[in-house]
Amino acid sequence: MRITQGTFSFLPDFTDEEIKAQIQYCLDNGWPISIEYTDDPHPRNTYWEMWGLPMFDIRDAVAIMQEVTACRRAFPEHYIRVNGYDRSLGRATTALSFIVNRPTVEPEFELQRQEFADRQVKYTLQVRR
Amino acid sequence: MTTTETLTTIDLDAAYRESNVQQLLDELDRELIGLTPVKTRIREIASLLLVARLREQMGLSTEPPTLHMSFTGQPGTGKTSVAMRMAKILHHLGYVRKGHMVVATRDDLVGQYVGHTAPKTKEMLKKATGGVLFIDEAYYLYRPENERDYGQEAIEMLLQAMENQRGDLVVILAGYKDRMATFFQANPGFHSRIAHHIDFPDYTLEELMQIAEMMVFQQNYAFDAASRQAFHEYLALRMMQPHFSNARSVRNALDRIKLRQANRLVRAGGAVSKAELMRIDAADVRQSRVFQGGIDQPAG
Amino acid sequence: MATSTNGNKGRWSAGVTPYAEMGYYQPDYEPKDTDILCAFRLVPQEGVEPIEAGAAVAGESSTATWTVVWTDRLSAFEHYQAKCYRVEPVPGADQHIAYIAYDLDLFEEGSIANLTASIIGNVFGFKALRSLRLEDMRIPPHYAKTFQGPPHGIVMEREYLNKYGRPLLGATVKPKLGLSARNYGRVVYEALRGGLDFTKDDENINSQPFMRWRDRFLYCMEGVNRAMAATGEIKGHYLNVTAGTMEEMYERAEFAKELGSVIIMIDLVIGYTAIQSMSKWARKNGVILHLHRAGHGTYTRQKTHGVSFRVISKWMRLAGVDHLHAGTIVGKLEGDPNTVQGFYATLRSARLDPNPLQGLYFEQDWASLPGVMPVASGGIHAGQIHQLLHYLGEDVVFQFGGGTIGHPDGIAEGAAANRIAVEAMIQARNEGRDYLNEGPEILARAARWSPALAKALETWKDITFNFESTDTPDVMVTPSY
Repeated sequence: MRITQGTFSFLPDFTDEEIKAQIQYCLDNGWPISIEYTDDPHPRNTYWEMWGLPMFDIRDAVAIMQEVTACRRAFPEHYIRVNGYDRSLGRATTALSFIVNRPTVEPEFELQRQEFADRQVKYTLQVRR
Repeated sequence: MTTTETLTTIDLDAAYRESNVQQLLDELDRELIGLTPVKTRIREIASLLLVARLREQMGLSTEPPTLHMSFTGQPGTGKTSVAMRMAKILHHLGYVRKGHMVVATRDDLVGQYVGHTAPKTKEMLKKATGGVLFIDEAYYLYRPENERDYGQEAIEMLLQAMENQRGDLVVILAGYKDRMATFFQANPGFHSRIAHHIDFPDYTLEELMQIAEMMVFQQNYAFDAASRQAFHEYLALRMMQPHFSNARSVRNALDRIKLRQANRLVRAGGAVSKAELMRIDAADVRQSRVFQGGIDQPAG
Repeated sequence: MATSTNGNKGRWSAGVTPYAEMGYYQPDYEPKDTDILCAFRLVPQEGVEPIEAGAAVAGESSTATWTVVWTDRLSAFEHYQAKCYRVEPVPGADQHIAYIAYDLDLFEEGSIANLTASIIGNVFGFKALRSLRLEDMRIPPHYAKTFQGPPHGIVMEREYLNKYGRPLLGATVKPKLGLSARNYGRVVYEALRGGLDFTKDDENINSQPFMRWRDRFLYCMEGVNRAMAATGEIKGHYLNVTAGTMEEMYERAEFAKELGSVIIMIDLVIGYTAIQSMSKWARKNGVILHLHRAGHGTYTRQKTHGVSFRVISKWMRLAGVDHLHAGTIVGKLEGDPNTVQGFYATLRSARLDPNPLQGLYFEQDWASLPGVMPVASGGIHAGQIHQLLHYLGEDVVFQFGGGTIGHPDGIAEGAAANRIAVEAMIQARNEGRDYLNEGPEILARAARWSPALAKALETWKDITFNFESTDTPDVMVTPSY
């Protein structure tokens, strides 16, 4: 199944040129970029592994693309996302976050149900690889 | 212009106008005093790059021009200022995407221990991507006396970037002329990758005076006839002394003069006019130790 | 106003004295940083001076009554009197704007009920005024800080949901009334798996005979969790906990939380105190609080009488809700573009400067109270995404009820069409395209590979709601869209 986290998951996978354009938009807004990867796409898995520190003071998206390429080479079968971070007062959070690499075969989620006498159900999502 | 014409002719004037390069060259002329040979070289390079761009459009060029440069000259001769403008010119001509400049010295590129250098150099290269990486006193990267020096690692990474990322960034190496010559001898890789060597001559006494006048004006101070004469004499003496660094020495000297002027005004006390707050007195200049054969301040 | 029966007698003589002469009109008064300021639009009855009308509003919304009372002299009345410090005619109308300053000490800390009982408690029924409208308020940080504010706010909501860089998408389950819980949950599942982030109960879905609340919650959460498993995304359904008593609302909210819902919903008609109570509950329990502005049109819509929605927005940001419906501009409900943009700014910005074009009379410093996520809902569809994004920005929930469920190929396809339209438009915007003008073209290009979007565009291509707005700023006549 296609996991639809991230800002652009409903569009066809971006080409490198399209990725670069989005990164340049972040840089032009003064947002540093970070790259993160994981093999656990659970929607509540907040902390993907960091591919190095967030990259501050970069002007040209080409420099970030080199890192995207390096990260893909190292983790071709992982999810990789690119985040733009806005530190401005009152925001101080991620401003854009999109997936730039997916495993060839994406995992499925299994929905586990625990039933109770009053018809309540407790749900748990499990990644099924 | 019809399609057939575009194949055979290109309006050079229009291309020149569109690039806005003239404006940048005019700025260079206006804001930097002297440096005539440098300005001429910059103009030549700009023309070369413009024509190369047009040749490319006409399908005539064989490979993209090499853009890396070396700026040599004494301290304070305007290398950094010119490099910043060069970055803009390159941007306007479409050779770099952003046109910013990142200044680096050995400390920014070379680490203290194993594995430290590569990330540092990479970081600087990333910051400079899309613009110009200006490496001041580049020869410090190379320390032949220490064969385990990490500078070599930085040099190799720089050479690789200069070769493989030609469209992404331009490297300008800067420093004293003689030491750069030695550096290039020991590192022929650099020499072969650099297209333009520009030498920055020392300023003449009159040029330095003009620089001083400009700085004084910009900071809302003013020489009177006596202090102007005094400063002229000061410069003549100072130029003969060691550690003279051109425009930088002028700036430092003016800073000390401002200090003495303030001291004088405070000691005098009482009402003070706007004109007096601006005026530099000959005494403010002549108190300098340079007039007693000393040096105002090392490296100043 | 009543005419003076006091003649030239002193200020404290028994009888009736004009409000302006009792100290409620002070043209020299300089408002303090701590004062609460109000701008009222008033139309006096014939023969009533605008200044006296303004003074009367100040008097009746603070210390005064219709006649002189000696007991005033037992208090520091000068301090407690509200001061009308300016009255300006509205060009080309029989209206005036009266500016009134209220001392901070007139109000109980952290109570919208007290604030509103004072300021709109009595004066709107005044015989001497033909009509009265509270246009705007300046809430000083000193008072704002006595409120909790939104339980989570825009930033925290996005971090809860792990969704950034684009408007969120929702849909109200339709038909509004009559579906059984099982069928209702089906709509939730289809819309969420198709690509929406949220689905929503309508304002009048509470616990009626055709579908009791507990059944609805159970089936909706089955739909939400199935959709999360199908997409790997966090999803939510605004479970409306509105009920007849606080006790029942708490019970429903607790159950929603137990089921793992990320969000609950209340209606404006439950009242300000109930909203503040639910706000505390929502922060304590880590549940996002959605507020539907049910009923507001009765007092916000007419330009000359009532309370502007920008004031309601301020009260709700203080009372503390995470979502608030604030207009669509292009949809089926009232909304002049500039005025609506003023509401959005009020809800989202950290501080505001006066902006007559957007109907903002005062500066407003929110003193780090989190922002409220505005919700655009009512008669909008995928073909308007470029306009919606242009007018309303990125921190907003677009709710396409009919525009999702009415898709000819089904609810999930309708949801996908909306999501694709939004993502394609954000992509174009970030690439620096002139997306407002090129919007239709951008959508058409995406529709080439997305049959869902192509069908949506085809179905609603000519739907617009072009009616004159009634609530517009004074400074410019703006066409509606």
